[in-house]
Amino acid sequence: MAIEVRIPTILRSYTGGAKVVDGTGDTLADLLNDLDSRHGGLRGRLITDTGTLHRFVNVYVNDEDVRFLGALDAKLSDGDSVTILPAVAGGAFGFAAAAAISSHSAAAASRHGAVAVR
Amino acid sequence: MARYDSLLDACGGTPLVGLPRLSPTVPEGAPPVRLWAKLEDRNPTGSIKDRAALFMVRAAEEAGRLRAGDTILEPTSGNTGISLAMVAKLRGYRLVCVMPENVSTERVQMLRMYGAEIIFSPAAGGSNQAVATAKQIAAEHPDWVMLYQYGNEANARAHYETTGPELLHDLPSITHFVAGLGTTGTLMGTGRYLREKVEGIQVVAAEPRYGELVYGLRNIDEGYVPELYDASVLSRRFSVGTRDAVLRTRQLVEVEGIFAGFSTGAILHAALAVAHEAVRDGRRADVAFVVCDGGWKYLSTGAYGGTLADAEDALEGQLWA
Repeated sequence: MAIEVRIPTILRSYTGGAKVVDGTGDTLADLLNDLDSRHGGLRGRLITDTGTLHRFVNVYVNDEDVRFLGALDAKLSDGDSVTILPAVAGGAFGFAAAAAISSHSAAAASRHGAVAVR
Repeated sequence: MARYDSLLDACGGTPLVGLPRLSPTVPEGAPPVRLWAKLEDRNPTGSIKDRAALFMVRAAEEAGRLRAGDTILEPTSGNTGISLAMVAKLRGYRLVCVMPENVSTERVQMLRMYGAEIIFSPAAGGSNQAVATAKQIAAEHPDWVMLYQYGNEANARAHYETTGPELLHDLPSITHFVAGLGTTGTLMGTGRYLREKVEGIQVVAAEPRYGELVYGLRNIDEGYVPELYDASVLSRRFSVGTRDAVLRTRQLVEVEGIFAGFSTGAILHAALAVAHEAVRDGRRADVAFVVCDGGWKYLSTGAYGGTLADAEDALEGQLWA
């Protein structure tokens, strides 16, 4: 048995278009190394130069966020299901539009409770 | 019975109800594991967002950023827009909502009923077009005020000052708090309050995992984490798919008579997961979770009836939470 890994659309260019690939490893770090040996470049999209999970990538083991399970050291077992997803805020439209207008003044919003739209 | 001077004063103070039928059965002699639902659909416009809307408007008034007759700009089609529309009406502001033209007719009707003005962005252009439209509107109206719920500390403070204390008052034996993760305001505010007051409290996030269409074009380098988010407040974070959210939403109304929207189903799924773990480990647990809103606004999806597969198809591509 192996570990089933779900790949988001944006990263399927590394898996020949496959939505789901199999891998092995005792930890998430091991699994990503194993995947990279067959799907070269995938690991580099998920891990930063400093060796941590990319801020805008969420990885879940059996539906639970690995950042609360030890991140790259999270323990894995055969039969586990791993899901990789880009970070998307709830209500993606509202966020995208709001952030586009006010990203440069978000800090001001948090200090003053509101921002004048610029 | 309670009496209030105005609708705004009736915000919060929602009931916490036990779920005796959905709570897991424990072996004889084992400590109890109980689920409790905080009915946020009992707020003035029917969702938990009333709390944040009221606090954000008040904070802006106190900071002198918002004066009578001003215009508030809110790029949303969700519950926050409806809450802000009500607060704006009662406090004397104009609200302009920017949203894609393919949002559900219930949303548009509710916003107009509360007096909001709506500017549509073309559906065909997707979120890029919506962003461009919002930017253009903002540039044309530099005096309009945006409350920006994703980075507004008053959003989280609403829950620190109201939701958290209400929960502790009604359930001093609380061991777990479970809520949805969107702007993160509910979890950050309530979670911080409970962590200060309850030793060992578990703060659990349930995050909707949408259909592939929603993530399809998302580039990892253009991802986003709300400014309010502080991972150290959370103990655990679950991703809940559409099928599980629909299943639990249906169970909640079938078994306990609580008619809720799909985000609540996702939260219940996570709450049941931690409750069953407590049973397995033989630990006492009082798990309180948030019912964000009622199911009325989502009936037109058709996802309350038929097979789960049909419901999943009906919600594919939609931001159901």
